[in-house]
Formats: sequence, structure tokens, C-alpha cells
Amino acid sequence: MNEKKPLLEISDLSVSFLMYDGSLERSSLQVISNLSLTVHPGEILAVAGSSGSGKSLLASAILGILPGNASVEGAMRYGGEPLTPERQKVLRGGEIALVPQSVAYLDPLMKVGRQADGHKKPRPTAERRALFRRFGLPEETEGLYPFQLSGGMARRVLVSTALLSNARLVIADEPTPGMSLDQAKEALRMFRDLADEGRSVILITHDIDLAFDFADRVAVFYAGTTVETAPAADFRRGPEALRHPYSRALWSALPQNGFTPIDGFQPYAGSLPAGCLFAPRCPLRTAACEAGTPPMRDIRGGEVRCIHAT
Amino acid sequence: MRLEANKLRFRYDRRSPWVLDGVDFSVSAGERTAIVAPSGFGKSTLALLLAGYLSPTGGQVLLDGAPLPKKGLCPVQLIYQHPERAINPRWRLRQVLEESGSLDSAVLASFGIEAQWLDRFPRELSGGELQRFCVARALMSGAPFLICDEISTMLDVITQAQIWNRILAEAEKRGMGLVAVTHNMALAKRVCTRVFDLEKREYLAL
Repeated sequence: MNEKKPLLEISDLSVSFLMYDGSLERSSLQVISNLSLTVHPGEILAVAGSSGSGKSLLASAILGILPGNASVEGAMRYGGEPLTPERQKVLRGGEIALVPQSVAYLDPLMKVGRQADGHKKPRPTAERRALFRRFGLPEETEGLYPFQLSGGMARRVLVSTALLSNARLVIADEPTPGMSLDQAKEALRMFRDLADEGRSVILITHDIDLAFDFADRVAVFYAGTTVETAPAADFRRGPEALRHPYSRALWSALPQNGFTPIDGFQPYAGSLPAGCLFAPRCPLRTAACEAGTPPMRDIRGGEVRCIHAT
Repeated sequence: MRLEANKLRFRYDRRSPWVLDGVDFSVSAGERTAIVAPSGFGKSTLALLLAGYLSPTGGQVLLDGAPLPKKGLCPVQLIYQHPERAINPRWRLRQVLEESGSLDSAVLASFGIEAQWLDRFPRELSGGELQRFCVARALMSGAPFLICDEISTMLDVITQAQIWNRILAEAEKRGMGLVAVTHNMALAKRVCTRVFDLEKREYLAL
């Protein structure tokens, strides 16, 4: 799969927000820094990591739907060509589909069946009904309004909208909360089928144990950057196979693996530590960690941003 | 103490189907029960009814044999999945916490809340940080029962483990009764002593 050309390449992406702090002083807050990522045709790339580490902002940056006070630096290429704002406008909703994070993205005044059909003519009604059935949504669901659905049902409708599009790249931002384990697995199986057809999926998720089973690679985010990108198989194998101490901490905090959290919390954009962003919480910290941002290194078939990784 | 639902029925209006149709459920002080069922079986509705946010269409919710008080601090506190919807966006977080009692810096530290967060507005904190405030607010109220409706699904697993370990320590110390709505069986096994399957209406052993 890796010998194929990547569908999406992101290198050294930075996103900052321009803010006014009460007075007329303007300041810039960098929320994503030095982020690099590639997605190949036919693969699911899972994006895991801390809440508030910039995962959803990455999705908005790819689609070009960041708010007006955001500025983006770095290079994004889609299908080998630079991903310009003009191209983003053409591609989003068509070639690139988003499963939004919040169920509030559903139109509250539109029945969900029609909504999932979308603007396409002729309406893909038969296909959509089959999809709803596969998701275990009762037949009358299509005639309901979003407020009449439970969280998990609304989530399945959102996922259906993206599956009905003929997108080459699906960005699914937290598609599974509220779904039961079987439903979540079914959703991920459908993403797997999309990938096996040669399409690409970016799966942003906190259900990392499920992601380990269905994804090809996992990118771990912390404080606005990638700290490790590794084959999903390494996460299935356990902490010894992982490279970054934060990835190992995530693994150990899973309820089935020990439920032991590390102390502290992710630093804020605007008051980031010098050097390695994870250093203040890291068991391997040395003086050298504060010297500078660790470069991304290739180690054992993965990439890691830690000077101690072997 | 014992919190119980007797033949609880609920529907939104007379033409709608029943969301809950005759559910019996109970949890005692010191007990921690997970509620599981596929989505759409009324888990969140049951949570809202138990905490007094909704009134049942039929049946009743009783705390030690009496209905929940209509005034004052509710002895059954509910924590939701989305902390940003449970906090007044125009209040600083200090005010949010003061609603349930006076602030004690040692207690705040034990919840992993930084003193400097208190002067911020909710939109300036991440979901995981806000959820700590919701948990602290609910626990500081001293309520004997706590209902947690998918409180950690939107959080990373490290924050999830931090928050739950804190709740478990407090529940243990005070002999609280706890109800956790979750889809994650591994989590249920970690935090609960028994499981109620709302679909089959039976208690399962863990």
C-alpha cells in the first residue's frame, strides 16, 4: 500500500488563531504546530490523542472550513496537487466527505431520511434504506426529525450520509460515541469496506481500542502535533511495540489494560513548554528534552517525535 | 438509602411510542450499577427521570420511599456526556463551582482543577477540563446519588481514567450510590459492581 502515491500529504502544517485580548492588542495563538501526515488510497488512518489536541481542527483545515481568524501555514497536497482554497471548495462535500463530530450538524427541521439522501439526483433512497437496515435503524426512522432520535441513532444517520457520498476521502470525526459496541463495529466495518475499495478514511476517535482493530495506521496527537505514527498492529501488540511515552500512556489508561492514568494535563496553546511538549508529564524526561522540539524520526517502521525512543 | 424506579413509563406525547414502558430499577447506597442497552432503548431518558429532570408519564421515582424534592439541591445529581451544555457559558468557572458550595483548594486539586482555570469562561477550556468541573460540582454538592450518563465518551482515555478514579475514590469514601450509563463493557467492569440490561430488563453479574 505504501508504494502507492499518497492521496493526501500534509507537511509542517501550523494553524493559528488571531485574537484580541480585551484591549486592541492582537495576539496569535498557535493551536497546531509542525504537523505532518500522509494518507494513502485504500487505508484507514486513525487519529487518536488527547481531547483538545487539534484533531477536529485538522479536519477543518483539510476541508478549508476554519473560522475567518485562523491562518494556516505549511503544505497540503491532495492527489499530488496543492490543496488550495479554491480546490477545497470544489472537493468538500463531493470528493472529500466529513462525518461531523456533533449530532447538532443535522438539520433540525428536516426528516432524517431526506437529509441522508442529500442533494444527489436521483435520490439514493433504496441504497440509503439498505444502509439504515444494516445499521439496525427501524424503518420508520427516515420519517423522524433529529430531536426524536437518540444520540446513537443520530450518529448512525450522520455516518450514513458520508457512506452514501462517493467520496475518495472520508474524514470521520468521532463517528461512534453513543453507539453500542456492535453498532460501532458495524460502522467501522463499513469504513473498512470503503478503504478496501481503494478509498481513504481518516478516523478521528477516542475509541482507540476499536481503531486498533480496524485501522491500518494510527497517528497519535498531543498538544497540536503528531507525536507518533505507527502501524495499528503495534498498538494491538502493546506498549513494548510503541515508540512514544504518550502512546504507551494512552494504551495503559484503557479500561481493559489497567485503567491507570498518568498525572497532569495537556499544556495550553499559548503556554506550551519549551522543547518537547510532553516533557512535563514524561517519565523519561531529561534536560535534553527541553533543549528543542524533537524532530520526527523513523524508528521500527513508524515515526516518532521523542529523543529517547528506540 | 435507596433510589428506585417503580413501573416507570415515559413518552413525549400521547401519539408517540413509549420510550420506557414499565421499567423497575433500583440502586442502593454503596452500590455502583451500569446501565447498558443498544442506543434508542431509553438509557438517557431513564437517567433524566432518575435525576428528576423529566417527570414520568406513569410510575414513580422514589428516594427512600418518597418522591424527589421539588426544591433545593437535588440529592440525585446527573452528569452528562456534553459538559459544555451543562455549564452556563456566561459564567466564569468559579461561579459554576460556587453553586454547589464553597471552594476548597485541596478539594479542587484532588479533582485535577488548576486554580487559574477558575477565572476562565467555559469556552476557554477543553471538554476534558470542563467535565472535571461538572464532576466536582456534582460531588461537592454532597448528594448521596450520582448518575453518570456517558460522561467520558468524548474524552481521551487518560482523562477518562483520571476522572473515573476520582469519582470512585469519592463514592467509596462517602458510600454513595452510583449509576453509570455506558456502552463500554470494559469501563463498566472497572467502575461498577453490577450491570442492568435495560433491553432485557435484568441484572447481570460482572
